[in-house]
Amino acid sequence: MSKLALNLKSLQKAGEKSDHKFEIRDYLRLDLFPHFLCPGCGHGIALRALLWAIHDLDIELDQLAVVSGIGCSGRLSAYIDANTFHTTHGRPIAFATGLKLARPDLHVVVITGDGDCLAIGGNHLIHAARRNLDITCIMLNNEVYGMTGGQVSPTTSLDRYTTTTPLGNQEPGFDACALAKGAGATFVGREVTLQTTALKNLMQEGLSHDGFSFIEVISDCTEIYGRKNELGSSPEMVLSQKRSILPKFDGTAVDKPFRAGNWDTGVLVREDRPEYYKAYRKHCHKVLGTAAVKK
Amino acid sequence: MSQMPQRQSLQGNQACALGAIAAGCRLFAGYPITPSSEVAERMSKELPRVEGVFVQMEDEIASMAAVLGSSMGGVKSMTATSGPGFSLKQEHIGYAALAEVPCVIINVMRGGPSTGMPTRPAQGDVMQARWGTHGDHPIIVVTPSSVQEIYQLTIRAFNLSETYRVPVIVLYDEAIGHLVDTVELPDPDSIEIQDRKWASGPAEGYLPYAADEDGVPPMPRPGDGYRTHTTGLTHLETGFPTQVPADVSRVIGRLLDKIERNRDAIEQYELTNCDDAEILVVAFGITARSSERAVNLARESGIKVGLMRPLTLWPFPERKMKELAGQVRHVLVPEMNAGQLILEIERLCPDSVTVSGINRFDGLPIDPGEVLDKIKEISK
Repeated sequence: MSKLALNLKSLQKAGEKSDHKFEIRDYLRLDLFPHFLCPGCGHGIALRALLWAIHDLDIELDQLAVVSGIGCSGRLSAYIDANTFHTTHGRPIAFATGLKLARPDLHVVVITGDGDCLAIGGNHLIHAARRNLDITCIMLNNEVYGMTGGQVSPTTSLDRYTTTTPLGNQEPGFDACALAKGAGATFVGREVTLQTTALKNLMQEGLSHDGFSFIEVISDCTEIYGRKNELGSSPEMVLSQKRSILPKFDGTAVDKPFRAGNWDTGVLVREDRPEYYKAYRKHCHKVLGTAAVKK
Repeated sequence: MSQMPQRQSLQGNQACALGAIAAGCRLFAGYPITPSSEVAERMSKELPRVEGVFVQMEDEIASMAAVLGSSMGGVKSMTATSGPGFSLKQEHIGYAALAEVPCVIINVMRGGPSTGMPTRPAQGDVMQARWGTHGDHPIIVVTPSSVQEIYQLTIRAFNLSETYRVPVIVLYDEAIGHLVDTVELPDPDSIEIQDRKWASGPAEGYLPYAADEDGVPPMPRPGDGYRTHTTGLTHLETGFPTQVPADVSRVIGRLLDKIERNRDAIEQYELTNCDDAEILVVAFGITARSSERAVNLARESGIKVGLMRPLTLWPFPERKMKELAGQVRHVLVPEMNAGQLILEIERLCPDSVTVSGINRFDGLPIDPGEVLDKIKEISK
């Protein structure tokens, strides 16, 4: 049986275990509502998909730790009724690394953004991918620094206007999935918020993966980025996700040549490699002899 | 099983690692930097033997973040660094202060600023240890003078950090860090160990930042059912952000007061020959050792001089200092920087007391002769 088939089977199994229907309110801190996201922001859809996946996997909220950084994405953790940590700019993966090493019993999920994860926090992403600790990293890519008012980010498309590219952006953007793959991530996937069910399924696979999983969510910033670039209303922006919204440059394709105007979506990398904490502990016991190790 | 005290020949940085293990540290995250690397090296050897975790992170910032992540998970955690790395850790030290995450940071001081002199001792981080991160914040800084004391104060640093939920910095210079000496390692059962207060009681209506009488809130452990939110934003007792002036004033006020109201329990110092002293030398770290020798030699020549050696630099033993300043006519502050601790001491001395310093920032320790000459000059 192929790995994919195995995984699908486990997904079905997980689905069967849930005897109750997904109700997003069960997973939110409703007393914090209304939430602070702008109308039309894609981050809410991503949050819903994540909670839906958590529901279908029967992950207990008490055992769930959500670590976020700074920016619009960083604020999402507060709305989840779990153990939540709103950390510093760019460093949620580094916090999560310490947390997971100290508490391997917890499900550790990172929510980060394109600026948080690829600019200020880029170093942590590549080393977490290399280390392969069991963390699920969800990067919400809206191509812009929304929280600070709309500055250019490492994924802003070419020629787009932002408050710091008043003449149009000339820097090529990152292909975050290619970066994660290149750094050794054992699970990489991408999905657009338009396809919420597919996004939920991808998150479910990422959460089930034993190792570092990286999921890029193509989100949208309607209020700031959309307005500035006249990308239309929120529905128009979401619908445009299937067309060209990110820069095209050669040599960045993950599995197959990068299709003009489109990002590859779905599972892009799935690899078996020892999960870091388990490998570390097993190795220490082997070398020292289990009996020699004191609690 | 009770064991007799053991005597071992150890380097300062190794003694630090053993102190941390004895204190219950079970995760170390660090990044190699001279002259502190031996702390990490020893931790990488010791931690797997006690089911702990050593991780060498990708940079200084990440190692401090991992320490906080681990501590928020409920595990006592530590990092070690020096000058440039200490600068990089400052943002997360502020996070620890605001979010009240216990953690211990070892800073083995080397010549600065910038890359400076990696293998040379200095005491130039006195003010950075106190004020390195932005904003008003509580912090505790302890400063050992010997290899034995590195072991003991590392344990104390963990105890203070756990008790008050503040970042604690163990500040010592390269000279002490690389000194090899015989250390008495006490029977582990005889070591006093403090653990943080854990949240207990019903999860319903639980307020993670509602403090007890001592100003310190018990900490919720992930997995225990409290499901709280931790943030670096200024937050209410609920853990969620606020910008309401009266609330901010109350919650930040409590953070600062946590140290102020517990000063007596935190402050530590050692006095030598101070009873009848007319001249007082105030020194810490390697400089305190030179100063002690100088004070003893000066006493042999009949000069009434004493030594105050602060073991906590921050909070500085303010009340004791004021008391001594009321008794002496001159205070001498030798330190391996251009004059940092002296600023605090000048602030605490009345105008009738003359305060002067001996300052070196050339990578060489201040020797007893230099201090003795100055004492003699002052006593004339």
